[in-house]
Amino acid sequence: MNEIVRPQTDIVQTAPSAPPARRYRQLAWFTLPFLALLVAAAWLVGGDWLKAFDAGAPPVEKLTFERTVLDGDGIHAKVRAGGSAPITIAQVQVDEAYWQFWQHPAGPLDSLSTAWLHIPYPWVLGEKHTIKVLSKTGVAFEKEIEVAVPSPKPQPGQLLPQALLGTFVGIVPVVIGMLFYPALRSLGRSGLNFVLALTVGLLAFLLIDTMKEALEFAGKSASSFQGTTMVLLVAATAFLLLLVVGRRDGTPTGLALATFIALGIGLHNFGEGLAIGAAFAAGVAGLGVFLVLGFTLHNVSEGIGIVAPLVDERPSLPVFAGLALLAGAPAIVGIWLGSLSYSPQWSALALAIGAGAILQVIVEVTSYLARQSGYQDTRWLSPSTISGFVVGIGVMYVTAMLVKV
Amino acid sequence: MRNWIARRLSRRGLLSGGAVAAGGAVLATLANEHRATAQGPHSHQATGPAPEANAHAAHGNMVVVGEVDHAQNGFHPAAMLTDWDGGKVSQLPDGRTLRSYEIVGVDKEIEIIPGVNFPAWTYNGRVPGPTIRATEGDRIRIVFRNEGSHPHSMHFHGIHAARMDGIPGAGLVLPGGEFVYEFDALPFGCHLYHCHALPLKRHIHKGMYGAFIVDPDPRRHPEHEAVARSRLLGTPENKEWQEMVMVMNGFDTDLDGENESYAINTVAHYFAKSPIRLARARPIRIYLVNVLEFDQINSFHLHANFFDYYDHGTTLTPTLKTIDTVMQCQAQRGILEFTFRDHEPGMYMFHAHQSEFAELGWMGMFEVVEATS
Repeated sequence: MNEIVRPQTDIVQTAPSAPPARRYRQLAWFTLPFLALLVAAAWLVGGDWLKAFDAGAPPVEKLTFERTVLDGDGIHAKVRAGGSAPITIAQVQVDEAYWQFWQHPAGPLDSLSTAWLHIPYPWVLGEKHTIKVLSKTGVAFEKEIEVAVPSPKPQPGQLLPQALLGTFVGIVPVVIGMLFYPALRSLGRSGLNFVLALTVGLLAFLLIDTMKEALEFAGKSASSFQGTTMVLLVAATAFLLLLVVGRRDGTPTGLALATFIALGIGLHNFGEGLAIGAAFAAGVAGLGVFLVLGFTLHNVSEGIGIVAPLVDERPSLPVFAGLALLAGAPAIVGIWLGSLSYSPQWSALALAIGAGAILQVIVEVTSYLARQSGYQDTRWLSPSTISGFVVGIGVMYVTAMLVKV
Repeated sequence: MRNWIARRLSRRGLLSGGAVAAGGAVLATLANEHRATAQGPHSHQATGPAPEANAHAAHGNMVVVGEVDHAQNGFHPAAMLTDWDGGKVSQLPDGRTLRSYEIVGVDKEIEIIPGVNFPAWTYNGRVPGPTIRATEGDRIRIVFRNEGSHPHSMHFHGIHAARMDGIPGAGLVLPGGEFVYEFDALPFGCHLYHCHALPLKRHIHKGMYGAFIVDPDPRRHPEHEAVARSRLLGTPENKEWQEMVMVMNGFDTDLDGENESYAINTVAHYFAKSPIRLARARPIRIYLVNVLEFDQINSFHLHANFFDYYDHGTTLTPTLKTIDTVMQCQAQRGILEFTFRDHEPGMYMFHAHQSEFAELGWMGMFEVVEATS
């Protein structure tokens, strides 16, 4: 990062000293490629030789359903257009019946633009409905509402119970995990290495889980967003940025490392919240006591991971509280946003950042573990670290079974 | 934005609009009004007169949005109910009537659902093709010119020579070609013609079909002369009848082997929005033809009334008496006869009793009035 910035500062420093004529020449050279691009574009637009490729095929049309909202007025669907020509929505069918609808804004949809379709359809609680949109050319786009339930609304009456749920899924388990802190302090070096390796294991599980979720959302988003590419690039960028920021003052240890772990886990819990919220909005999950308990159990080890790098320090209680909030509170926000079923590309983006953050923490905890072992003059790939890693993954995998519905 | 929706929609209380008759008329008016503002391409739908509003009451919100541009299509589903084509009439040396037709096969994009275009293959630019109507025993001569992009033919359901059958090897016309089909109009009844080029399924569903009606010659049926005369177009007895032809068809707009719309005479929900006006006292005769592709059967159901049915129209006594629903497979056809003489004036619905077909466009209304102008 620093190396990228530096040449630019050189230019800024040398530029004022250069004679104006040279500066204009420099500017001219920079405009040359753009001029060439303009000429090429003008040639394409002006000439008609591209018509040779026109086989008379109809334009490619794409329509993605980004949100569906069910309420007392019927069904509302947000659609995003794609493809080679603007799409004109001509008719809407619900469950194989033509239905009145209002499009807002009206008119043909350019590529990437969105519109709401308001359909006064008397949907049936708990049943399946299929929306089919017919374009002007007769192409059909379908959206299945698996289980029709009223869409959650951002009202205090709904936000509060959701916040409580998010607390149980995110904050409570982290706090419980943190209660292992005194016990961790009593551990010897190899015991501590076991716990750090366990942290890496659980983070590895979270990385895979987050990546999978991100790619799932990416698959649901409009094709123009190139979901998979976007997720991979954003994850890589987030990873590199956090790595660079984290190492500004040397490799993170102690509280700094714990904070990064909490951040990574927080972003993952945000994704978990999104999934829970979306499941409610879609009516596909009933919330049982055991499901919530499962999430709590699943996330306890996250608390252990966060406090593991802190055994050599004695942080104050507010610090612990701050870390617990950083790791757990995003679950609440996730449930809120997820239940409002925001467009899938945003969820994919958030989860991709989370994946990058988790990868960064994995690297930092591993290097911390290696360095610790180095100081101790023991091999860091010891039986205790390997077993810690395996136990970390194993615990996450097994407890995840409790929450997969 | 969300508030806007809530206000706009709840003000009308649209969810209740399922089929509440009383509120329906008001609802429809409001719906039309809104459509004119919100739906740019379909804005030429004006708020209809009272009867139309009543018609809307019956289907509530379950209806296509907007209007088809019939002028652009070059044909009109209502006009096609009664536009009998007798051809160019002349006398043969033996005294028989010769009916000459010129029919052209053309590719044409037609609007089959408001706002949805379909790349059709047509006879004379219309779907269904011209309703050919002759009298039993007439000589039919059809010059068929193929100006389409694929081979086509005219295969008549009637009695004719193998050479005239309109199948590959017997009257199949290549693009740019021409063929003359010649045969006697036999037997009397309600028939159809369609393209028999292969693959048959595609050629039929793309729009190449039409009704072929042969009226009985009363002189040949002394035992049922009165009935025969009432069927013969142009007689005073026939003029008393309110006759119409309904071709039950459908369209697979996204080419997945399933129909997106169903209709009589092509345009989805047309007669739901623009009822067919009938005089209460005069009898009604419907020539019903099913050409629906992809679905196994089609049907016609009449509300609040019963009809007599003449399968294929080849008899002068009903084959089914006093029924209100009749089923037809593809190419099956028949004649329905009924009257509203003993009914009060009002809106009487008719539709396929495959509910799916009805809700996807095959639904209409008869508006029974004291006298039609």
